[in-house]
Amino acid sequence: MSKASRSSAVPAPSARPAPRRQVRPLGWLGPAIVVGGLVPIFGLIFDGYTGALGANPVQRAELQTGVLTLALLIASLICTPLRLMFGWTWPARIRKALGLLAFMYAALHFLVYLFDKGVFSGGAGVQTFVEDVVKRPFVTVGFAALVLLVPLALTSFRGSVKKLGFARWTALHKLVYLAAALGVVHYWWGVKKDHTEPFLYGAALALLFAVRVIWQGRKPRRKVGAVGKTTGA
Amino acid sequence: MTILPPDENEKQTREPSRIINPRREFLKSAGLFTGTVAALGGGLELLSRRPGAAAEGVLPELVGQAKKPLGPYDVPDAVTPYQQATTYNNFYEFGTDKADPARMAASLKPRPWTVKLDGEVKKPQTVDIDTLQSWFPLEDRIYRMRCVEGWSMVMPWLGFPLAGLIRRMNPTSKAKYVQFTALLDPKQFPGQRGNVLDWPYVEGLRLDEALHPLAFMAVGLAGRVLPGQNGAPLRLAVPWKYGFKSIKSIVRITLTEKQPKTTWSLAAPDEYGFYANVNPHVDHPRWSQATERRIGELSRRPTLMFNGYADQVASLYSGLDLKKNF
Repeated sequence: MSKASRSSAVPAPSARPAPRRQVRPLGWLGPAIVVGGLVPIFGLIFDGYTGALGANPVQRAELQTGVLTLALLIASLICTPLRLMFGWTWPARIRKALGLLAFMYAALHFLVYLFDKGVFSGGAGVQTFVEDVVKRPFVTVGFAALVLLVPLALTSFRGSVKKLGFARWTALHKLVYLAAALGVVHYWWGVKKDHTEPFLYGAALALLFAVRVIWQGRKPRRKVGAVGKTTGA
Repeated sequence: MTILPPDENEKQTREPSRIINPRREFLKSAGLFTGTVAALGGGLELLSRRPGAAAEGVLPELVGQAKKPLGPYDVPDAVTPYQQATTYNNFYEFGTDKADPARMAASLKPRPWTVKLDGEVKKPQTVDIDTLQSWFPLEDRIYRMRCVEGWSMVMPWLGFPLAGLIRRMNPTSKAKYVQFTALLDPKQFPGQRGNVLDWPYVEGLRLDEALHPLAFMAVGLAGRVLPGQNGAPLRLAVPWKYGFKSIKSIVRITLTEKQPKTTWSLAAPDEYGFYANVNPHVDHPRWSQATERRIGELSRRPTLMFNGYADQVASLYSGLDLKKNF
C-alpha cells in the first residue's frame, strides 16, 4: 500500500502535521522476518568456527540448509490459510520474505551439495553431479524442487503480478506445493531409517494443502446457496 | 524511522487512539521486532541445528603389545582424532543422530558383562568379558572404517583376532556362519524404546570370513578401554565391509549352519545385503559409493575395492557375483 493512499484514507484530525508522527503499522514485521530468517546462517558460521558442526561439517551444513528450506517453505504456505481461516492480513505481508528466504536456503543447500561433490575443485565433479541427477531419484527430486522454485523467486518482485496477470501469477505460484512435496520426498529418501522428521514436514504440508482444498470447495458452495435463495424468493 | 523528541503539547492531548507517542511507539516496535527475530530465528535454529557432542571424560588405559613400526594388518593412513572418532557415531541403540551415542553412552554399563558362546559348538558356555579378554594377548590394529553412508575414519583398535575366539569355541562340522547379537536392554539403550530397527541388533559373517586374520574383536580404542559409543565392552571390526557389519556391544556369538538374518538386511533388503563388502562399483540405490569423505577432510577421496583390503580378502569371494551379493 502506498503512503499517498493511506494518508488520504485517514483524515487529518487537526492542523498538526500528523502523518510525520505516524509510525507505519507493522513496519517492523518485514525486517524482523528477514533478520530472523538469516539467524541460522550466522548459527552455521558460528558452529563451523567452533567445531559444533561435528566431525562431518559439510554433511551437517547440507542437512541443516535442507531442513531450513523446508521449514521456511512451509512457513510461507501457512500465510494464506491463516488469512482464509481467521481473516488476518498480516501474514500476507511476510509471505514473500519467507518464500525468498526458503529459496535462499535451497540455493545454499545446492551449493554445499555441489561443493561436496567436488564441482568447485574441478575434475570429475560436474560429471558426478550430472550422474547423480540422472541416476539417483533422491537427487533428481531435490534438484527438481530447486528448479521449480526458480521461476517463483524470479516473479516475487514488485510488478510481477501485474506483468503476468493475477490469474497466471497465482497459477504459477501454486507450483510451490509441488516443490515442497518434492522437498519432503527428497528428505524422506535422504534419511537412512528414522523417518520421523520427514514425516512431520510431510504431514504439515498435507494439512496446509487440505485447508486450501477445503476452503476452495467451500466458496462456490456458498455462492450456489446464495443463488438458490434469490431464485427461490 | 524518525524519532522526534516528545513535545509538550502532545503530553496534554487526550486522543490516545489517534495521537501516537513516538518514543513509546518506537520502543513497542523495537520490542516486537526483537521478539519476532528471536521467535523466528530461534524456531528455525531449534528445527535445524543439531550441535555435535562434546568430548567426554578420560577412560582407563588399556595396554596392548608394543608394536612399532606398523604391523602387517595396519594401514599407514593418519589416524582419526579421538575426539571425532568418539563423537560422530552410528549406534541407533542410543539414537539416530550421530551425536546421540556420545551423549547417551553413560547409560550403558559395560561391566559386569557376559558373552554367551553357543550354537554349533562342542560345548556352549557363557563367559565374563574380563575372562574372555584374558584368553588372548591384546593387539593394536589401525583399520580403515568405511560407513555405508559415504564417510570413513581410521580407527586404532585394540583387541584380538576373531579367529582365535572361534577356534576356542570348538566349532562342530555343521558350523558355516557366525551370528553376533548385541545387548537388548531399553534401560541401557534408550534408542531401543522405539522400533527404528528390529532389536536386538544382529550381524553375521560366513565362517571363512570370520576366520580371516583381519576379522577382529575390539575391546579398546587408542590405548584406552572402548567407549560406550564405540561399542563397549566388545565389538566386531571387519575393515573390508561397511561399518554396520561391525556390530557393537556383543552379548552372544552363535555358530550356525544357516546364514543369519541380519538387522539391516531385514530392514531394507534392497539397500543392505548380507555381505556388505565395500565396493565402489556397486552403488547404494540412493547414493553413489564411488567416493567417500574421510572425516577431517573437506574433499572426497575415491573409495577402494574392499576398502583397500582387496589383496588380503578378494580371494574369499572368487566366483561370487558381488553385484548380486552386495
